[in-house]
Amino acid sequence: MDWAFLVVAIMNLSFVLGVLLNLGGVLTWVERKQGAVMANRIGANRAYIPIPIPQKGGGVKWSKRFTVMGLWHGIADGAKMIMKEDYTPPFVDKYIYNIAPWFAVVPVLVTFAVIPFGGPFQPGIMLSDVFGLVGADFASEWVMALFGERTFQMQLADLNVGLLFVFAVGSTGIFSAALAGWASNNKYSLLGALRSSSQMISYEVFMGMAILGLVVIYGTVDMNLIAQMQGDVWFGFLPKWGIFLQPHMFFIFMAALMAENKRVPFDMPEAESELVAGYFTEYSAMKMGLFMMAEFIEIAVIAGLLTALFFGAYHVPGVHGAGDAFYWAAHPELTPGNYVFGMEVPHVVVVVGRVGSFLAKLLFFCWFQILIRWTLPKFRYDQIMRLGWKILLPLSLVNLVLTAVVVLLIGG
Amino acid sequence: MTLQYLPVLLVVIGASGFMAVMLLLNSWLGPKPRHAPVMDTPFECGSPMLQTDNRRRTAVKYYLVALLFVMFDLETVLLYPWAVMYRELGLFGLVELLVFLVSLVVGLTYVWRKGALEW
Repeated sequence: MDWAFLVVAIMNLSFVLGVLLNLGGVLTWVERKQGAVMANRIGANRAYIPIPIPQKGGGVKWSKRFTVMGLWHGIADGAKMIMKEDYTPPFVDKYIYNIAPWFAVVPVLVTFAVIPFGGPFQPGIMLSDVFGLVGADFASEWVMALFGERTFQMQLADLNVGLLFVFAVGSTGIFSAALAGWASNNKYSLLGALRSSSQMISYEVFMGMAILGLVVIYGTVDMNLIAQMQGDVWFGFLPKWGIFLQPHMFFIFMAALMAENKRVPFDMPEAESELVAGYFTEYSAMKMGLFMMAEFIEIAVIAGLLTALFFGAYHVPGVHGAGDAFYWAAHPELTPGNYVFGMEVPHVVVVVGRVGSFLAKLLFFCWFQILIRWTLPKFRYDQIMRLGWKILLPLSLVNLVLTAVVVLLIGG
Repeated sequence: MTLQYLPVLLVVIGASGFMAVMLLLNSWLGPKPRHAPVMDTPFECGSPMLQTDNRRRTAVKYYLVALLFVMFDLETVLLYPWAVMYRELGLFGLVELLVFLVSLVVGLTYVWRKGALEW
């Protein structure tokens, strides 16, 4: 048994689950607050934690001012859903009705498993540096004995099928809509399920097509390698990110991902004005909450995918870690090490900086998606289908041919 | 080799455990109000239901979209190995791509002209 691998896997897992599940809660607040700011409303600002303030003449006054811009609303939402009645109506198909939320949450989280969020790192060197700094020498000896100088990836599963895994697992999300709508035995649910599954499979076709141009350029589907290839710079200043290779495909890919997530402007399955709540009309309490939560977690997962493929994943120009095999192979005149703008730093600085830069980019794209959600009106169903099949799919095919010709002409 | 897939299994277990905890908490903390007859009917416009089975026949267009998805998505997946190997294949790869895409575009044009993409 490879204990070091297992320990690193569990470290990565707790980081990813912690970030994603918390983001799922925080984004519910971000959505409301950002909507309020954009619509010039006051917005989520009522939930508070009472703070006791001792009065002069004895006695305590409870302050209601600790609202932190309404940040407690996310927690209040979760608590409310937990404290509602968990009711399974008698007319539904019990087994399928209860299994459907599982298909909503798990594929979304599993998709994140192949996204590199911190690059190569050496836990032995990193942790022994940290422990040495605080003077816990026995701990640094212990981690060196466990990890040695091995290089691990800050990525849950370093799979060579990478992107294909993303598409394969992402497609299983359709089951949640289809099964929930069918099992609910409700006309609104069935219509919502049909609409959402047919919308999701339509957009999945050219989601795969749109990213093919980038795969042709990189020559691999391994997310880890794709991320490492983006670590260099062109002409000394322009970072080698996917956005500069295929800027038009970035927008098409993002549109496809947002349609997969079924949010406004692609809000067909729910369409509150038409279908009550779409395929989860008959769900109550936390089961309904899990559908909502999966939607918000998927915002973060989409942001992670866009970051990893188009925005250099964890890379910041000028920061290089000792494990960047591609960078050191491209620059044989340099000695591998940890550098920030040419200055040698401890390994832990590079690792923390990279995880921070990945999270910053991820939050930016979360913000960007919610910005789009509050800016655009919703499409009609025929407009969604026309946009997908008649405009974006041909565009992706043309882009694929053009990319192939250009790659052949300039020889990579 | 299969050890790489172990973290994926860990994510599935972690996510399922999270869901189980949330649902258990819900069934534990949630209220159990008295049963009302209106809870036994599906959510609808408000009038009493005329039929018990609400899974009615639906538009055939959805079925067509599902068929088209199977066709085009399989073709997309077939293009992935080609895209990874493209630099080694060179001009031969480009010609292969064009031959493949012509057959795909013929299919798309046929579907388009037949009106399967109209809603």
